[in-house]
Amino acid sequence: MDPAAAKLIGAGLACFALIGAGLGIGNIFGSFLAGALRNPSAAPGQFPNLLLGFALAEATGLFGLVVALIILFVF
Amino acid sequence: MIDWFFISAAQAATAEGKHAAGGVNPMEQFNIERFVPIHVFGVDASFTNAALWMVMATAVVTLFLTFSMRHNSLVPDRVQSLGEVTYEFVANMVRDNAGEEGMKYFPVIFTIFIFVLSLNLLGMIPLPGLGAFTVTSHIIVTFALALLVFLGVTLIGIFKNGFGFLKLFVPSGVPAWLLPLITVIEIISYLTRPISLSVRLFANMMAGHTMLAVFGSFVVGLGIVGGWLPLLFMVFIMGLEILVAFLQAYVFAVLSCIYLADALHASDH
Repeated sequence: MDPAAAKLIGAGLACFALIGAGLGIGNIFGSFLAGALRNPSAAPGQFPNLLLGFALAEATGLFGLVVALIILFVF
Repeated sequence: MIDWFFISAAQAATAEGKHAAGGVNPMEQFNIERFVPIHVFGVDASFTNAALWMVMATAVVTLFLTFSMRHNSLVPDRVQSLGEVTYEFVANMVRDNAGEEGMKYFPVIFTIFIFVLSLNLLGMIPLPGLGAFTVTSHIIVTFALALLVFLGVTLIGIFKNGFGFLKLFVPSGVPAWLLPLITVIEIISYLTRPISLSVRLFANMMAGHTMLAVFGSFVVGLGIVGGWLPLLFMVFIMGLEILVAFLQAYVFAVLSCIYLADALHASDH
């Protein structure tokens, strides 16, 4: 397999990390909604934690995207 | 019909489309250009477009904050309210996460937050030809900021707690046989903090702007006939990117506060 093809396949495989990002983000927001519907008065207090959790979950998926871009543009 | 749409979009984004659309390479927007070449002791300290936009961000923020306090009245007018809202937002964040003793470090956290926010937002301006440049979409910029936070927080922790700082890596309530493994894992995850902090901001900014460039090339490539659909999508993506700009600045600042709180209260673990 020549390196150019392997590079492209590797970059595509590295994007599988975004599955985890999708699951994590859905989980975070789902849990927030479930809790907010049970206790609506406590929901605004937890909103900053929601944003923080979302950003942390998204970051792990984006690490995979960064690996894909490194493979494509550095090697 | 849908196949035609995607095939022509793909063609628009590939080599043929690039020549027709004026050569759109989505990675071209991240090129660094030197405006004033300066070489000092063998170090390339040229004034680049990144430096220009950082100066502009500083200028914009300074002008906004000094202008908002020009009357300095007890009952704020509209612009002063904006400045006060910004101050209170960051002050509440620092107070909630790092406590009252964290307020000593409020200027640093405020500077980091407003600097990252203004750099992110300035990158969203679509200047044709000149090209608004997103400074935070370069890993070296975000890494410098994250390293600043990491080293600063570590030094604060060491100076405040002495050797008690090492208690940060030894959480209480862990069974003794698990302790060596947990300590090693804690140290490794502590050392990856600057990397995760910087890559989070960098990846969000670069991915967002690359996506904007790619969809922009779709709009041009599909022309009058089919170009309105990616254009509609781009409107939503622009809105999302502005939200991401705010969110990433907030997350950078909040995590800095949390790391600061960890260091200040290290001996309480």
